[in-house]
Amino acid sequence: MIFLFYLLSAIMVISALLVVFSKSPINNVIYLIICFIAMAGHYILLNAQFLAVVHIIVYTGAIMVLFLFVIMLLNLNKAIIPQKSKITRLMAVITGGFFFLVLLAATRQTFEINPRYAFTSDIGLVSNVGKTLFHEFLLPFEISSVLFLSAMVGAVMFGKKDHTRDEV
Amino acid sequence: MKDITSAIQIIPLNNYIVLSMALFSIGLMGVLFRRNIIAILMCLELMFNSANLLLTAFSAYHSDPTGQVFVFFIMIVAAAEVAVGLSIVVMMKRNVESVDINLLNHLKW
Repeated sequence: MIFLFYLLSAIMVISALLVVFSKSPINNVIYLIICFIAMAGHYILLNAQFLAVVHIIVYTGAIMVLFLFVIMLLNLNKAIIPQKSKITRLMAVITGGFFFLVLLAATRQTFEINPRYAFTSDIGLVSNVGKTLFHEFLLPFEISSVLFLSAMVGAVMFGKKDHTRDEV
Repeated sequence: MKDITSAIQIIPLNNYIVLSMALFSIGLMGVLFRRNIIAILMCLELMFNSANLLLTAFSAYHSDPTGQVFVFFIMIVAAAEVAVGLSIVVMMKRNVESVDINLLNHLKW
């Protein structure tokens, strides 16, 4: 089983690096989808079956299709965007690497606390997650619908053609 | 099937912490590395997902479904964020005819 963990982690890290380093936006989306599918595998390993299904549906099914749709709608070729200068790219890689080192050093001294509940493998099932969601987190769940509504209104507002701009 | 549901008793929690930190660093590096605004949004998604993975790992190791509910809320926020962000990309393409973030520097100084 630990072999499965390392396999999925390798797929995730390599495809995440390819998202950063490959130039074509279409390739970026494909690599990000591979990364997300590997992450759904991690969720199944972590006994979060409901989250795995939702992750596949929401991320690879909706969000990445939205990305692909926008890329195809705007007709983005890789020739349009030049890359940043070499020194900036080098500094970005160094910053990312050192940030990882700082995070590693910060978590090196941590220790594991004992879990509050005994180990059960069925916390990620729909019934258990749904019970927690609709008992303890009912109000945030309802408020998130307001968030969705405002996001929808905002997207429509941004997407509309700006008529006042044309006249100036 | 029995193997998979009890797999997390073999895998140490530290592995998941290191994995999600690596993903977060890769996402940060991508935000600094790219000029295409769509690629930057994708790297933001990567950072969101590293936080999701860490929350799920802690939730699974402590047998507490609260963390998974939090991941669910983060997914809701990410969906709203992507909808608004991509509509900003469409508007930017319409106004400056490009998706290069270096053209949007009027708020820089």
